Amino acid sequence: MNGAGVRRFGLGLLPWLGAILLWYAVRWSGFVNVSLIPAPHQVAAKFFELLTREGLLIDIFASTRRVFLGVALGILVAVPVGFLLGWYRPARTFADPMINFFRALPPIALIPLVIVYFGVDELAKLVILFYASFFSGVIVMYEGVSQITPLYIRVAQTLGANQAEIFRKVIIPLTVPHILTALRVSLGVAWATLVASELIAAQRGLGAMIQNASTYFLLDVIYVGIICIGLIALIMDLILRKITARLLVWQDRAIA
Amino acid sequence: MNKRAQFDKVSLSFETPKGRLNVVEDVSYDINDGDFIAVIGPSGCGKTTMMSMLAGFQKPTTGKVLFDGRPVAGPGPERGVIFQEYGVFPWLTVKQNIAFGLTLNANHVPTAERNAICDHYLGLMGLSDFANSYPKHLSGGMRQRLAIARAYAVKPQFLLMDEPFGALDAQTRSNMQNLLLKVLETEGKTVMLITHSVEEAIYLASRIVVVTARPARIKEIIDVPFAYPRDESIQERPEFAELRSHIRQLVMDEYRAQQAQMRPVSFSE
Repeated sequence: MNGAGVRRFGLGLLPWLGAILLWYAVRWSGFVNVSLIPAPHQVAAKFFELLTREGLLIDIFASTRRVFLGVALGILVAVPVGFLLGWYRPARTFADPMINFFRALPPIALIPLVIVYFGVDELAKLVILFYASFFSGVIVMYEGVSQITPLYIRVAQTLGANQAEIFRKVIIPLTVPHILTALRVSLGVAWATLVASELIAAQRGLGAMIQNASTYFLLDVIYVGIICIGLIALIMDLILRKITARLLVWQDRAIA
Repeated sequence: MNKRAQFDKVSLSFETPKGRLNVVEDVSYDINDGDFIAVIGPSGCGKTTMMSMLAGFQKPTTGKVLFDGRPVAGPGPERGVIFQEYGVFPWLTVKQNIAFGLTLNANHVPTAERNAICDHYLGLMGLSDFANSYPKHLSGGMRQRLAIARAYAVKPQFLLMDEPFGALDAQTRSNMQNLLLKVLETEGKTVMLITHSVEEAIYLASRIVVVTARPARIKEIIDVPFAYPRDESIQERPEFAELRSHIRQLVMDEYRAQQAQMRPVSFSE
């Protein structure tokens, strides 16, 4: 790693160190009941205990898989739907109020209905996560697509492009950035919705782990669960950002 | 001489909430093979609309716009367009931009030939060092040259240019004008140039169409008395100065007319 890399890494690490220090400080300040705040090192110890003895990896895997499937399916549907809405104004006039109606509903409010219609199995959780990713993704897609300027299409036409070529060589490249943004947004929303989806009788998963721990007042386990969710979401976002940077080298971005 | 494009009693108007808006009114003129027509008039007068009809983006309300004797039905590769906003594809490299038209079914050429054409225009436009750069790394002048190279690569017989140098600084602008003259000398094309610069029109064009404030009507068609190849020295000639003050007068009259007709509207809004 070069000097600049080390500095950037250090700069990224600093707020985390600060957060841990603040955590200890709050605990030692005496303003809060110490038994209500497990210390960072206790949480770390719990993390290793869960990892080695309680199969934390299985929970992580179960949750990650749910989020991954939910987002994948949600985006798979959101891309063509968002594209149609962005591209054809009548389609937007037609569907916009409906989409905003459903988008405003918090997925957690739907859980009782989801249980009634989809049961308490994996499918029910998937439905909740699909719902959350679809509606967050579709908005990003259609806002993005509706802002594509007709200039590039006109240019392609004057060079002799037919409809299929315009779609393949102009519209798709212009849509890719919006697909990636939609993916990032719905990934964030899906992680945020995960705990709610695992309220539905989940055996394993980080959300289920947090639920169960709260029943027995195991604060350190709750902390481990929360930190895991945050970390995995962060890692997924980093990966997605790397992919985005690779795919969109052509974009004019203000990042150093 | 062979008639390439014809405007035959062309009018264009459309409905607005405030009533019918005439943009172009009863315009007729021919563009012959090898002509370099400059259309000049006050900004917002409808000159771009004229070009847009010949490019195939808009249809006249009445009258006919013909290309090679047939009514224009839509855009096509035989009529290259260079847009005011350049429109270089940001997701393609400089070379891929130039090659874009050549990869389409309408004018497909084999890879080897495509490379040769790209290299030719990269060199001609001074973009060789940037062949693999993305447009975000290019200056305004370079983007404009890229847009021209891309339009040229498909070998259109006819070039439509909408204020192509309007956004460039004076130095780059005059460089681009000279480059355009040089390229036209070797490639011999018919050009319709929309501009609001009187000097540019005289320096480049063989014929100048002066249009009125909106609705655009033809005010005067002027033959430019300078032979090609031209160089900047013609701008020092007394005929150049005379022509310039004559056209400037015409354009200024129309500009004032336009201001007068716009004033009540701008106050009511």
